[in-house]
Amino acid sequence: MERAIPKPKPYKKFLIFGILSVTLYYLLITHQELVKEFCSKGKYYAFFPIITAFIFSFVHGNFTDAFWSVLGVEPKKKRREVK
Amino acid sequence: MVEGVLNSNFIDINLLNALYLIFVGFVGGLVSGFIGSGGAFILTPSMMSLGVPGLVAVASNMCHKFPKALVGAIKRAKFGQVDLKLGLIMGASAEAGVMFGAQIQEYIKKTWGNAGSSLYVSLAFVVILSIVGTYVLWDAFKSKNQEIPSGEFEKPDNKIIRFIHSIRIPGTMVYFPSIGKEISVLLTIPLGFATGMLAATIAVGGFIGVPSMIYILGAPALKASATELVIAFVMGAGGSFKYAWSGFVDVRLSMLILLGSLFGVQLGAIGTTYVKDYMIKFVMGTIMLIVLVSRGLMIPVYLHQLDVWFHLTPEVIKWLKILSFAINFTALLTGCLIVLGALIKGIRKEKAYLRKEALYMAEERKF
Repeated sequence: MERAIPKPKPYKKFLIFGILSVTLYYLLITHQELVKEFCSKGKYYAFFPIITAFIFSFVHGNFTDAFWSVLGVEPKKKRREVK
Repeated sequence: MVEGVLNSNFIDINLLNALYLIFVGFVGGLVSGFIGSGGAFILTPSMMSLGVPGLVAVASNMCHKFPKALVGAIKRAKFGQVDLKLGLIMGASAEAGVMFGAQIQEYIKKTWGNAGSSLYVSLAFVVILSIVGTYVLWDAFKSKNQEIPSGEFEKPDNKIIRFIHSIRIPGTMVYFPSIGKEISVLLTIPLGFATGMLAATIAVGGFIGVPSMIYILGAPALKASATELVIAFVMGAGGSFKYAWSGFVDVRLSMLILLGSLFGVQLGAIGTTYVKDYMIKFVMGTIMLIVLVSRGLMIPVYLHQLDVWFHLTPEVIKWLKILSFAINFTALLTGCLIVLGALIKGIRKEKAYLRKEALYMAEERKF
């Protein structure tokens, strides 16, 4: 029987980046006072929010990318109209 | 000293606030992914409706956006949609615009405090959203009547573009692959500068950047929106750093918004493959006009706080704040429901089609 081979779902990526993402957000929420202090100091402390943004974007971006694929929500495939 | 700054600039984030910010980020991302870019116009007002001062809301929004823009730019560069030369050149003048705009923001904050800063940001929103929102809705209705198929982009052409292409200033001419012509770098400077200035004011520069690349420089829409991501990254990184240097970026806000936003942006982008072009514009215009009403309602409150013109009773202030928040929330919910509705309908239709196709193939194999 002919059947298109489905793309394997990225479970490994989902799991690894999921755990990392949860850890990062846990640290952020539980250390709010420290984060607030670093953010308000300004000057060279400006590197703190910038680097934080990059790390979170990378980790959480990879997690969400895998998340929708694992759930099976995919873009519509391009095809010729069949009536 | 630090304590004072903390109290006035950074709000307390409890569970309810955090969930609201994640939801706001999700809808902002959903709309961003759905309309290409610019969903951040939801985020600044939503943060402000929680009581975050205008300047901190703009700074934190910018900080969540620029790494996302980098990821988006790299992705779209792989599809050949990014004109890096145009992005970097416009990005340089946008950077100057951001620095100038940020200077104005910080001056206003220093002189008139949080109320002045919030008033300035809200006024900018009301003006920009009323112009852009009305135009986008009008364009959506026009596209619907003309039944333009989704995903089709024509190379723009008008008198301004032809005029810009005809100007030749020796020593400043640069060939831009996306436009396919040589254009003087000097002509891109005011466009980039205005984009950066707007980004520093409301955290969304794309409202000027994208249309100016299409209707003034003559870049195709798809390439203009992809190139805007390069500009957004360059000016976003510089602007965020400038605001962070002065201690205005609340990275907790940025990261909570990012949490929802990255889920939303990918779902929104998937959604675009299931709907027609006018639907995207319709969603964008509708949300813009609802957000505009929400921000407009807060203007008398800020004027009252600044002790100019309006003198409101505490009761009226309370109701205006609640109403503004509720309308903003309605805008978020409306955007969310329209996009998710279109997505679910599209996926169902696609599944029904695939079932029909499988049945048809099975029938064919029998004979």
